[in-house]
Amino acid sequence: MALLELKKAMIRFGGLVAVKELDFAVQEGELFGLIGPNGAGKTTVFNLITGVYAPTSGDILFDGKPIQGQPPHKIAGAGIARTFQNIRLFTGMSVIENVMVSNHMHCKVGVFGAVFRSETWSREEREYRNEAMRLLELFQLDKLADEEATNLPYGSQRRLEIARALATKPRLLLLDEPAAGMNPQESADLMRMIRRLRDEFKVTILLVEHNMKVVMGVCERIQVLVHGEGIAVGDPAAIRKDPAVIEAYLGKE
Amino acid sequence: MKRLLYILSAIAVLLLLHWGVGSLLLDGPIRQGPYYYQIIILAGINIILAVSLNLTNGIAGQFSIGHAGFFAVGAYVSASVSYYGGPALRGMLAFLPMVAQDSVVLLIALAAAAVATALAGLLVGIPSLRLRGDYLAIVTLGFGEIIRVLILNIDAVGGARGFSGIPKLSNFFWVYLLAAATIVTVWNLLRSSYGRAFLAIRENEIAAQAMGIDVTRHKVLAFVISSMFAGMAGCLFGHYTMYLHTNSFTFVKSFEIIIMIAIGGLGSIEGAVLGAVLLTVLPEAFRSFDSYRMIIYSLALILIMIYRPQGILGQKSLFGRKRAGKGTGSVNGTNGSGDAPASAGARVSAGQP
Repeated sequence: MALLELKKAMIRFGGLVAVKELDFAVQEGELFGLIGPNGAGKTTVFNLITGVYAPTSGDILFDGKPIQGQPPHKIAGAGIARTFQNIRLFTGMSVIENVMVSNHMHCKVGVFGAVFRSETWSREEREYRNEAMRLLELFQLDKLADEEATNLPYGSQRRLEIARALATKPRLLLLDEPAAGMNPQESADLMRMIRRLRDEFKVTILLVEHNMKVVMGVCERIQVLVHGEGIAVGDPAAIRKDPAVIEAYLGKE
Repeated sequence: MKRLLYILSAIAVLLLLHWGVGSLLLDGPIRQGPYYYQIIILAGINIILAVSLNLTNGIAGQFSIGHAGFFAVGAYVSASVSYYGGPALRGMLAFLPMVAQDSVVLLIALAAAAVATALAGLLVGIPSLRLRGDYLAIVTLGFGEIIRVLILNIDAVGGARGFSGIPKLSNFFWVYLLAAATIVTVWNLLRSSYGRAFLAIRENEIAAQAMGIDVTRHKVLAFVISSMFAGMAGCLFGHYTMYLHTNSFTFVKSFEIIIMIAIGGLGSIEGAVLGAVLLTVLPEAFRSFDSYRMIIYSLALILIMIYRPQGILGQKSLFGRKRAGKGTGSVNGTNGSGDAPASAGARVSAGQP
C-alpha cells in the first residue's frame, strides 16, 4: 500500500483551478520528486497534503486513511512534516528551541506538571534537549545551539528547517525547494544529505524542486505537474525523454 | 521535599517582610508611612497584572486589551463572595483565631475569583482567539467595556454607587505571595514545552501548526492562565481598597498594563515587573511637579520608547541561564558576518556520512 496517495485531488480558488484531478502515489521509503514550471501548483499540492488548504474535491490518503481537510497540526501528528519554500523559522528563538518545539506534540506533561516542574517534566525536558542536540549534531548545527535562529547564515537556516521537521518524528517528509538559493557545491551536499536522511531515519521523502540536477540526481520517481495537471510520472530517465515534459519546459519545435 | 522547603522559606521571608514593612510604615515613625504602604501594595498588584498579561501579549504574541475586564470580574466576584458569604463562613469558623478566619475567607474569595475569571477567559478566548492582530484587540477591548457596563447595572454589587463594605483582608503578605506565584508560574511555563509552543505561535503561526501545535488551543490556554491571575489580582485589590468602582476598570487601566509590559520589554518577565513598579511609582514621584506631572510622565514614556523601542530590558533575562540550551556560550562570527565564514566548515562536512 502506498504511504501517501492523492486521488483526483482538486482545489479551486474562485475561477482558478490550481490543482486539477491530480493522482499520484508515494510508496513507503521512496524518494519522490514533484516538478513543474513556475506556477504549476507544486506548493499548492504541499499545502493540500499538510492541511493548509482543504481540497475542493478528491481524496488524500495517508497510510490508507483519508486526511484531507484536517487541520495542519493533526496532519503533523499523523506523521507528515514539512519545510517551507520561504524559510519559516521561529526567528526569535534559539536554534535548539526551534528543534525542541517539534517535540511538543509528543509531550505528556500537563500544564500543572510544567508549572510545578514534576518528575515527568524534568525527564521529558532532558530527553527533548538530548534528542534535539543529536539532530543538531547531524546537521552540523550543534555549535550554534544557543544562537538565535535569525542570526544563522542562509544555508544553516535551511538545514535547521529540515532538522526541525525531522524532530516531529515524521514518516513522510515534504521538502519545498530545499536547494533554493544554494550554489552547486551546496546542492551537491544537500543531495547527499537527503539520501542519508531517507536511509538513517527511514523516512519517505517527497520534494518539490526547481533545480533539475538535484531532482534528477536524487529522486527515484518523479511526477511532473503543469498548470495543476499531472502530465507524466516515472523514473528520471523516462521523465527526461518524455515528449510531453520536454514540450512543457522547452515548448514545441 | 526540597521544593517544599523552598516554598516554606519563601513564605517565611515574606512574613518577615510583611511584619517589617507593616511595623515600619503603618505603625512606625514615618509620617507618610501608610501612603508608601499603599504604593507598595499597588505595585505588587500591578506586577501580577503585568506579568500575567505578558503571557498573552508578550510570550504568545496575542494582542489583548481586555485585561482590566478580567481584573474587574475577579474583583467583583470575590468581593461578593466575602461580602455576602463572609459572615456565614466566619460563623462556621468561630473557633479559629481572627487571622485564620481572615485567611480562609480570603482564600475562598481568591479561588472564586480564579474560577470565575478562568471561565470568563475561556468564554472570551475560544471565539476571539481565532481572530488575529487588530481584530483580537478590538474584541478584547469590547469585552472589557461590556463587563464594566454590566457591573454598572448590577445593583447587588453597588452599580454606579460602587461596591462598599468589602472586608479588608488583603495585605503585603498576600499581594506579594501571589506576585511571586505569578512570576514562578509564568517563568516555569516559559521554560517548558508549553512556553516554547507559545513562543513558536508568536514567531510563526503557520510553521507552529506544521510542527504539530494546536494553535487555537494554546492561545486559549495562555489567555485563560493570564486572565485567571488578573482575576486573583482583582480579588486582592478589592480586599485592600475595601471599595470598588467601575471607574478603576476602564480600558485606560488595560492600556496602563500594556504600557507596563511595553516599557519593560515585551516577553520579558523581569521587564514586566520593572515596568509595573516604574509605572506605579513614577506618577507618584512626579506629584511634586503638580500640574506638570502628566506631561513629565508622558515625556518619560515617549523618551523610553524612542531610545529603547524594545523596552528597557528587551527580551533579556536578568537571571539564570537562557530558556533552553547548554549555557551562555555564544558563537563568534555568525552575527552579521554573512554566509561564508560561519558555514564554510559545516558545509563541507554536511553531506559526508
